[in-house]
Amino acid sequence: MSTSSSIVRELLRDRLALFGLVVVALFFFVAIFAPALAPHDPMEVLKHPETGKAAILQPPSRYFPFGTTNMARDVLSQVIYGSRIALLVGFTAAFVVTFIGANVGLIAGFYGGWVDTILMRIVDIAYAIPFVPFAILLIALLRPSIVYLIMIVGLLMWRAPARVIRAQVLSLVQRPYVKAARVTGASNLRIMYVHLMPNILPIVLLYIPLSVGWAIMAEASVSFLGFGDPRMVSWGGMLQSAFATGAMRVAWWWTLAPGIAIVLIVISVYFINRAFEPIASPSIRKE
Amino acid sequence: MKGYRGFLLRRVLFGLFTIWVIITLVFVLFRVTPGDPTVFMVDSTFDPAVREEILHKFGLDKPLWQQYLIYIGNLLKGDMGRSFVSHRPVAEELGGVLPNTIILAFTSFILAYVLGVLLGAFLAAKRGQWQDSLGISLVLFFRSAPTFWIGMILLMIFSFKLGWFPSGRIRSLGYVTTGGLDKYLNLDFLHHLILPTVVAGLYLVALPVMLTRNTLLEVLKEDYIELARAKGLPGRTILLKHGVRNAILPVVTAAAVYIGLAIAGMAEIEVVFSWPGVGQAIVLAVRSHDYPVAQGAFLLLAIMVSVMSLVADLAYAYLDPRISYD
Repeated sequence: MSTSSSIVRELLRDRLALFGLVVVALFFFVAIFAPALAPHDPMEVLKHPETGKAAILQPPSRYFPFGTTNMARDVLSQVIYGSRIALLVGFTAAFVVTFIGANVGLIAGFYGGWVDTILMRIVDIAYAIPFVPFAILLIALLRPSIVYLIMIVGLLMWRAPARVIRAQVLSLVQRPYVKAARVTGASNLRIMYVHLMPNILPIVLLYIPLSVGWAIMAEASVSFLGFGDPRMVSWGGMLQSAFATGAMRVAWWWTLAPGIAIVLIVISVYFINRAFEPIASPSIRKE
Repeated sequence: MKGYRGFLLRRVLFGLFTIWVIITLVFVLFRVTPGDPTVFMVDSTFDPAVREEILHKFGLDKPLWQQYLIYIGNLLKGDMGRSFVSHRPVAEELGGVLPNTIILAFTSFILAYVLGVLLGAFLAAKRGQWQDSLGISLVLFFRSAPTFWIGMILLMIFSFKLGWFPSGRIRSLGYVTTGGLDKYLNLDFLHHLILPTVVAGLYLVALPVMLTRNTLLEVLKEDYIELARAKGLPGRTILLKHGVRNAILPVVTAAAVYIGLAIAGMAEIEVVFSWPGVGQAIVLAVRSHDYPVAQGAFLLLAIMVSVMSLVADLAYAYLDPRISYD
């Protein structure tokens, strides 16, 4: 298809987007092969190979490239394992967000009238709910778990793609080809998913990297505030430990590493998102 | 009803409706979740007489629909129950910390907007050049970095290492204020305000920068800009007088929504800087299962977001003569 090849071309031409793609691919590689790449188990209490004592708060050295935590755990191994939860939450939640957003936008824009009014007022209400307070409140009522976290992100963040896609669909249904399809007796479902969906796909694609970024950020924030999944090592959870134990006063390595990992992956998806923008709205091309 | 007044009325009614939906949502959430619903209003450490009194006051001994009416009635009176921890009324507890959140949100918002509009105009003028790419990358960096992480880094450098700024709280231990405005209008408070403001400001700066830059790029394509160029006006005059003035509207109207989001988004920064605000209150409350405070703080934040978005819509309709109200 011409759109998909032009998307690929656009991504490769944009140097920042290329950087983003490489970083995301690298993190996927790290996440998949975490057990092979990590020098230690992320939760293992380690001994310093020279002194034989527990390796508590060791600065980066050849034994521990990213240093160790106050529990004598290897920071590098934790960062490596943390990429799993970040990518899992990021991409699963992004799928939920864009799936709900695209369908709500499509239905609201296509049917118009009271269907549109009701759906868009729900979007307005969703916009009034502050994310982090809502997430920690719900997680406190349920229990810390990444499944719940993905659901909460999905439940709230679809508001942004829904609003934009609906606006796009509103202008698309006025096009001659939609009227032609109607005249030939195409069903509503067929018009929506066969004729309109391919035309809103570029905008849908725009929201995938964006929602990956939101979801990773959301997971990091919720974990930092102490409501992360206790069974898994996450970057936000690492920062929470460094902060709550007061170890950040000395252990800069423990604070720096997970934060840089978060910034790298989130800025990468934003770079990819920026490269999609000219594809989604051709009027700002060549800016 | 048509015209601006009709629009105003409809928008205010919808704002109230939004708040009602959120209030109801919170009621439902606290009751559909598993467990004894009374644990959310009555702490097990309360003595039986107090327990009975609160159960009765919030109608937790009555059917659900009556509980709902009592809940709404109490909220209208500003009664959100008592904190499990301090045993003080929730309204009093939150009222005490609300100014801290608002001050922090407003100062960081102003920092972000002043810096953002200037930087956005600069980037638009330099579009496609290295300054533009560098500026966008920097702005995106601060958008991608968790605020609590930037906060920790600044604390490590400027507080622990250099000792220039306090590591948290809103005033030094032992600092005595005479109350009233003097609580905030003093150098000690200002000194505590700087680091959290910078962190929040850097995070918030992305929107005004990108909005100003992109709107300005659109505006610069207009015919009157072409005309100004043809007249031989200097580039700076065109950019500021013809460009920025016409590009400023969406930037200004986005501001109200943004203040709302800033107020609601301070939780992590407040936690890092031990800043006693509504965001910190909700985090501490949820951690200690102090449900009345958690619920009250959440409602307070949601209401502020709704009110600011209402203000934004009204301002937009008022300021933009091209918009129709129907």
